[in-house]
Amino acid sequence: MTSSTVTSGVMEASGLPGERPVTPEVVREHNLNELEYGRIVALLGRTPTLTELGIFSALWSEHCSYKHSRTVLRTFPTTGSQVVQGPGENAGVLRLPDGWAVAFKIESHNHPSAVEPYQGAATGVGGILRDVFTMGARPVALLNSLRLGPLESPRNRYLFAGIVRGVGDYGNCVGVPTLGGEVGFAPGYTGNPLVNAMCVGLLKEADLIRAAAHGVGNVLLTVGARTGRDGIHGASFASEELSEKSEARRPQVQVGDPFTEKLLLEASLELITSDLIIAIQDMGAAGLTSSSAEMAARGGVGVEIDTGLVPTREPGMTPYEILLSESQERMLVVSEPHRVAEIQAVCAKWELNATPIGHVTDDGIYRVRHHGLVVAAIPGQRLVDDCPMYEPTAREGDETKALRAALPAAAPKAGLQDALPLLLDAPNLASKRWVYEQYDSTVQASTVLGPGGDAGVLRVPGTAFGLAVTVDCNSRLVALDPYEGGKAAVAEAARNIACVGGRPLGITDCLNFGNPEKPEVYFQFREACRGIADACRAFDTPVTGGNVSFYNESPTGAIDPTPTVGMVGLLARVADRVPSPFSTPGDEIFVLGATRGELGGSAYWAELRDFTGGRPARVDLDAERRLQRLLVEAAGRRLLRSAHDCSEGGLLVTLAEAAIGGAYAGDGLGASVDLTAYGAEVPLDGLLFGEDGARAVVSAAPAEARRLVALAREHGVPIARVGLVGDTGGTLELRVAGQTFSWGIGALRQTYFEAIPRRMQHPDVDRSAGE
Amino acid sequence: MLNVAVVRFPGSNCDFDALRAAELVGTNAYFAWHRDASLRGADIVLLPGGFSYGDYLRSGAIARFSPVMQAVQRHAAEGGPVLGICNGFQILCEAHLLPGALLRNAGLSFVSKPVDVVVERTDTVFTSAYAPGSRLRLPVAHGDGRFVAAADTLRMLEAEGRVVLRYVAATESSPFQPNPNGSANHIAGICNAAGTVVGIMPHPERIAEGVLGPPDGLGFFRSLAAWRPRASTLNVPSR
Repeated sequence: MTSSTVTSGVMEASGLPGERPVTPEVVREHNLNELEYGRIVALLGRTPTLTELGIFSALWSEHCSYKHSRTVLRTFPTTGSQVVQGPGENAGVLRLPDGWAVAFKIESHNHPSAVEPYQGAATGVGGILRDVFTMGARPVALLNSLRLGPLESPRNRYLFAGIVRGVGDYGNCVGVPTLGGEVGFAPGYTGNPLVNAMCVGLLKEADLIRAAAHGVGNVLLTVGARTGRDGIHGASFASEELSEKSEARRPQVQVGDPFTEKLLLEASLELITSDLIIAIQDMGAAGLTSSSAEMAARGGVGVEIDTGLVPTREPGMTPYEILLSESQERMLVVSEPHRVAEIQAVCAKWELNATPIGHVTDDGIYRVRHHGLVVAAIPGQRLVDDCPMYEPTAREGDETKALRAALPAAAPKAGLQDALPLLLDAPNLASKRWVYEQYDSTVQASTVLGPGGDAGVLRVPGTAFGLAVTVDCNSRLVALDPYEGGKAAVAEAARNIACVGGRPLGITDCLNFGNPEKPEVYFQFREACRGIADACRAFDTPVTGGNVSFYNESPTGAIDPTPTVGMVGLLARVADRVPSPFSTPGDEIFVLGATRGELGGSAYWAELRDFTGGRPARVDLDAERRLQRLLVEAAGRRLLRSAHDCSEGGLLVTLAEAAIGGAYAGDGLGASVDLTAYGAEVPLDGLLFGEDGARAVVSAAPAEARRLVALAREHGVPIARVGLVGDTGGTLELRVAGQTFSWGIGALRQTYFEAIPRRMQHPDVDRSAGE
Repeated sequence: MLNVAVVRFPGSNCDFDALRAAELVGTNAYFAWHRDASLRGADIVLLPGGFSYGDYLRSGAIARFSPVMQAVQRHAAEGGPVLGICNGFQILCEAHLLPGALLRNAGLSFVSKPVDVVVERTDTVFTSAYAPGSRLRLPVAHGDGRFVAAADTLRMLEAEGRVVLRYVAATESSPFQPNPNGSANHIAGICNAAGTVVGIMPHPERIAEGVLGPPDGLGFFRSLAAWRPRASTLNVPSR
């Protein structure tokens, strides 16, 4: 069988001399099933060349085609008066005051980080930065969401250390502050850690540029790094389960160069703001193939490129390799022919190459030449659109149903006095200072609230407003009840934004799941998305884009479903931002929202009773919305001295975190709290550790307390005055159910801040542990 | 109006921050590009933080050979003030405008956090607005911030009072290690013998406006804005 079959006219293409013929085995190696291959042959009217097979394999991979998720993603709300750009572009864009706009997106880099944590994580940051600055936005904040197996295992510590270092080194060098994030640990992530990186950028709405090629005869240029043999088939690697063989994929992990990224950032923004280019796109997953094909399809045009013109790192690279390379720090740009010299001058200033490699055509064909010889000719729109879509069977697993109905069997490991320090020492709840101290959080001189609080806050120089940013997901809740868990992820993000004083504007999501071809996984995916969609509709926070990462499975099983929500909010006056910890001795402490004491899926059951189960609290979207509005209005009226959302760990952990104080306060302020008024309606463990949503712990100056109570009533939010903020060097005192408890703040601080460093100091944390 | 040149290397990433802080105090601040042979009549030079040329060799090792650094050398030799912040401090050491070197942090990790420092010299161009012994809280963010020097150099720096900033514990009882990187003698910043060239690891430009927190870094910029060149060395703006 030969791949050089030829049909007439524009669809002619031939294989290179001596290349592998396209056999059923070669098709299988490319992760294409019979249905898909049949469609390719029908679409071409002939056998594809090896180069074409590679192109289809990349664009029809799960990662690029969303073939198992698209029907579900279509159910997300994506519109609203604030939406400038919804899903389908490099990043979503929302409108801000004064002609400004915010571009933001989250993306996963899970599989590369599982086999090469440092480079896998670093290039994840690089990719998401490019997605944002190709919209014409200057990146102003990074966030990340990490999931790892328990830190008792040396391998997990190696992965954790390498991932954090990779994330940090890349963002630090480019000069974008990391303003927030989350880290979670659970056994399901042991073979398959999650690395989700989010970037937020600012632009003037008038400078927005989209990635659609148009104008027949216009030129395509590659800008940035040369193309090498790294990362070939990254997109299809991301679309299969991890196995023992995945270690051999390590050479497919790309290597990042943040210095070139910084030059590319500056050059791209200069090209965009000086109107030299028509369109620009990152060469991300599936590299030149996806960027050129997607730009052509968006513009409804054809393109013709010659891979022989692409600057390569080594001689002898085939068109197949050049098209599928995922070498980092490269852009594809479309411009009018007479602008090429000016573009090259701007790039030369930034020490970068800009090389014409093709042009826009009017025949709608995606055509690739190699030194003149046509090696691929595919109808462009169909290449992008015709991948079969799948809607697999969805069925909830019996195990999940049983777990949801179960109750903890073991008695609590400790009484109330010891339960609090045990929870604060649990890596899921403990301070992540060990992580965020490795990330530059103050570069760009705009950080108003850095990592460690409810949400990061940054100012926009020259304006009064500010942005609040957060990422959130409680995967334990999603595992037990995907629908409520999906709602909870959005609700928690919105609560965090509202706690700092921001009005939630919109979200981006990173949907990390196992193999969608398994009915119980597809059920989790579908239901979690339904929950996200319902919550986003209730909060008027449209989904502006994101990423789906399936096949997060390793020989130890599938990950907990983890639909990470990245949210952006607006503070009308950034000066009104509200910090999380108590700030002034003598302030009055209030609990906002109703406490029913729901312990299903709680951290308390997991940490104190070794039980991850039960029915998670139903998320009351109406109560959440009322709480958000109250928090934002109270912040705007400057009634709040602190606000901290109540989530994992429940009310007592929230109170303790507020009392412990910020990471760099010399000491916390302590507090004296009386919960006697809650009476006997709520059981003690549920009152202290239940994870009901729609709650926050706030503090207010005594002079403002009456106004705060009145405002809460106006908004229909239950409010209970529970105590007073103490002084430095003090204690957290709790009176409840006729008992009194007391914890020294110094000791709680020590536990909370040292929990992760203590585990990471273990001598076998080194790179060799991964070999 | 004072001319303040903010030098921009490929990989500088605190360039805009330094420019903004210099503008805040009413100077005529502008960028000088790494390939420029002239500082265009600068009265004062700022070397901002970042990763010049990627810093894949030693931090600052490539930058010292750039054309603009030849101009900075001449400016410094003529008594012109230069402030190097973070990567700028590393470049000043590599260029031998300041003694010593900045090595990998003792903890081997990048460290980003607020630190407390005491201002030990208030007669330099960049610290005159502070009261002697002022305690400041400033952010640091670096991987290579551990100041080291030969024993006799350290003795000289101390004897001549050339330590400008020193890391200190916030309070007597503070549980935190004051020194974020293992610097010799807790040194956070030094100056040349004349007090005209200053290098510091903390970032005053990141905390020069009240909206970002107590603006402890503003004094560096107020100081430089208050400086007046002697008539004989007054540069004629050529911009």
